[in-house]
Amino acid sequence: MIFGVDVASMLLGGVAAGMVLFIVSVGLSVTMGLMGFVNLAHGGFAMLGGYAIALAMRHWGIGFVVTAAVSAVLERLLYARLYGASELDQVLFTIGLVFMTIASVTLVIGPENQPLALPRILQGQLNLGFTHYRTYSVVLIVIGIVIVGGLWLAFERTRMGAQIRAAVDNRRMAESLGINIARLFTLTFAFGSGMAALGGGLGAEFLGLDPQYALKYLVYFLIVVAVGGLGRVTGVFDAALLIGVLDFVLKKYMPQGGTAFIYGLTILLLLWRPQGLFGAKSA
Amino acid sequence: MTTPLLETRALCRNFGALAAARDINFRLEPGARHALIGPNGAGKTTFVNLLTGVIQPTSGAILMKGRDITGVVQAERVKLGIARTFQINRLFRRLSVLENVYIAVAERVGAAPSMFRPAGTRRDVVEESMHLLDTLKLTADATHRIAELPYGRQRLVELAIALGLKPEVLLLDEPAAGVPSAESHIILDAVDALPRDIGVLIIDHDMDLVFRFAERITVMVSGAVFATGSPREIGADADVRAVYLGRAGRG
Amino acid sequence: MTRPAPGWADHPAALALAGRHRPRAWEPIPWILALAFYFVFPKHLGFGTEVLVTILFAISLDLVLGYAGIVTLGQAAFFGAGAYTVGMLAKHGIWNEPITGLILAALVAAAVGFGSGLVLLRTQGLTLLMLTLCTMALLEEAANLAHDYTGGFDGLDSLPIAPLFGRFEFNPLYPKTQYLYVLAVLFLCFVFVRTLVYSPFGQSLTGIRENMLRMHAVGAPVRRRLVLCYTLSAAIAGAAGGIWAQANAYVNLGTLGLDRAATVLIILVLGGYGRLYGAFIGAIAYMALSHFLSKVYPTAWQLGLGFLLVVIALFARNGILGIAEAAMRRFQSVRAPS
Repeated sequence: MIFGVDVASMLLGGVAAGMVLFIVSVGLSVTMGLMGFVNLAHGGFAMLGGYAIALAMRHWGIGFVVTAAVSAVLERLLYARLYGASELDQVLFTIGLVFMTIASVTLVIGPENQPLALPRILQGQLNLGFTHYRTYSVVLIVIGIVIVGGLWLAFERTRMGAQIRAAVDNRRMAESLGINIARLFTLTFAFGSGMAALGGGLGAEFLGLDPQYALKYLVYFLIVVAVGGLGRVTGVFDAALLIGVLDFVLKKYMPQGGTAFIYGLTILLLLWRPQGLFGAKSA
Repeated sequence: MTTPLLETRALCRNFGALAAARDINFRLEPGARHALIGPNGAGKTTFVNLLTGVIQPTSGAILMKGRDITGVVQAERVKLGIARTFQINRLFRRLSVLENVYIAVAERVGAAPSMFRPAGTRRDVVEESMHLLDTLKLTADATHRIAELPYGRQRLVELAIALGLKPEVLLLDEPAAGVPSAESHIILDAVDALPRDIGVLIIDHDMDLVFRFAERITVMVSGAVFATGSPREIGADADVRAVYLGRAGRG
Repeated sequence: MTRPAPGWADHPAALALAGRHRPRAWEPIPWILALAFYFVFPKHLGFGTEVLVTILFAISLDLVLGYAGIVTLGQAAFFGAGAYTVGMLAKHGIWNEPITGLILAALVAAAVGFGSGLVLLRTQGLTLLMLTLCTMALLEEAANLAHDYTGGFDGLDSLPIAPLFGRFEFNPLYPKTQYLYVLAVLFLCFVFVRTLVYSPFGQSLTGIRENMLRMHAVGAPVRRRLVLCYTLSAAIAGAAGGIWAQANAYVNLGTLGLDRAATVLIILVLGGYGRLYGAFIGAIAYMALSHFLSKVYPTAWQLGLGFLLVVIALFARNGILGIAEAAMRRFQSVRAPS
């Protein structure tokens, strides 16, 4: 019974972490699948979201809106110039953006870790019947499920979702069907970055928030996207949960080799299925 | 019956629900001057992609001189003697015309793995490349980069590369498309000058070129072979006319 | 087909191709300058040695990125493999002769490159990028875990490297031997890479970079070439790591880190990739600036560097040498309108 409770609470912790990973990474997966653009600056958007939340505790929506707006402008002005460019140029550009973001945040706000105080109702523990668990983690899980459900509906049932899926599968054909690709890119990019900000804000409480956040967790986001498949919402969800739970479990039972294990596992997975564990096999 | 140079048996290729190649039985004889025609979307380029190994068939077999090559990868098939040009140029745009052809010839003669002598000192490769350029009237452009050439001349480089591979089977996918009509004879002259035992398959929409060149014509429609015969037979076939020639008019 | 008429090799285009590899008049200059540096700035030889090692490392990346077109963020895996080979052999008293140690470092790194290249180079694009990153990170973690051998987070210091040829000591305070030793190794490796790049093999690498599909269609064994190129590049990066460890008598996890891999990429792009000498210019420019700015104003340095990268990616993809080339072309066409 005790073992079962331990496992359950560990799973819950991992699932909550996985939810945060998912919310941040889903935007990256969709924009990379849609635009074929390697955006290493995605972590920067997540970080901005975290800071926005930390600095404006009451208005959780602000992080999303501000980041979405900023990213839309960046996309139109700068990113759009590099859509046909080589991967190397995209990598350089986005790394440059991240450096600028980190440096700006350090200059304006300071290099220290930002403490994040949760609102009263989210603190403490929740009685789940068989165990008590941190309220905040449970809330995260619920939010994550709501978001993945909402996104799934949006992708499968709305016209814009269908347009995005069509463009991810075959951009040229989508264009010839009259879909306004440029506008689709901007909207998707803005939404994806906004989601990153939301995830960054939600996860700031246990991931910590300092200017190095943008790069520190970038590898994790990239792993989730690579394993989950580009442009696949459900794939990213599954991959994020997998990585989240794995990381949690490993930190407990194998604190020394945990990270190495995840890297090794990612390598094996990507070699076995380069299009991602949950991504679709190309024809 | 002689062994055909290239043969397909019940070749099929599906893309999901779309049957791009349906049960194709095809023979290319040694010395063939064969043309493949058909409406847009008939699956002609898909067929060439299957023959060269760019894509794998869903079922069926491809044989070269009686040997099954269905599982052989693209680069290996080139070594066996199958060369092609692409419908849309695949050239090294930032390299010069001479370098483009050099790379192909160097691969063929086995000079490419050499690491310690400068590329330009392989006189045999250089001379053969220049000779190929001369055949296609490209010597004046030898030092120019592909990106600087008009599209029509780029098509000629595409052909030069294929010729440089000294193939036994030459598959040309719309070789004259984009070439100004004043220069398109260069292509046919080059093909005419090929050794007689090489098998050549041309895909094209230009009926003048097709009827001038071909000794045998295959018509494809919707992924399947519709008709095969001599130019006279095909030209006289009412069904072919209805499905293709009558509708299309002049290519 | 008739035999090619003799004399084609004398056509201007053929001559241009044949003469491509000949050393140009200005090519000895960097080496003369490097040698002069030894006499003119005896107090800055430590910095000079560091620059030379970085140039060698950047050249290894140029081979694989600039010529073969493989985008990798994991080149430091080989640098570190070489460094740790030297470090562990020396620290644990197994082997400390510098030249053979260096060769061993290159061989170990080449083995890592061959093994990982064989497996990774089946993939392309983002997947390949991720795999190179993960491989390097995995090596770093492994080095961290095996701290009994590698010194873990602190690394191995005070490596007892034997004197060169039994006579010239590696003195960390007066790095005269190091500087000349590194310069000699750099020269030899540079000559090797330069020869490679102008050979038919190098030509085929360029072809693979420019249009891989076309290379398949001319019968080139693409993956074999890429793996070979990757292995050679790993060997050179391993040599760079090896001499770094020997020159500094020190090795730590930083040799395997993302920071080092990203920095060498930035350096190469800054100077201009695919141009051999871009490594020289990029390393000198970056390290000179970094030496002065990054310690004094680290945040401003990061901001400026980020801005520079954005500008390069948008407007100057071919780096400093690319800008110089464009200026030269402009100058020539103004002087002699055709």
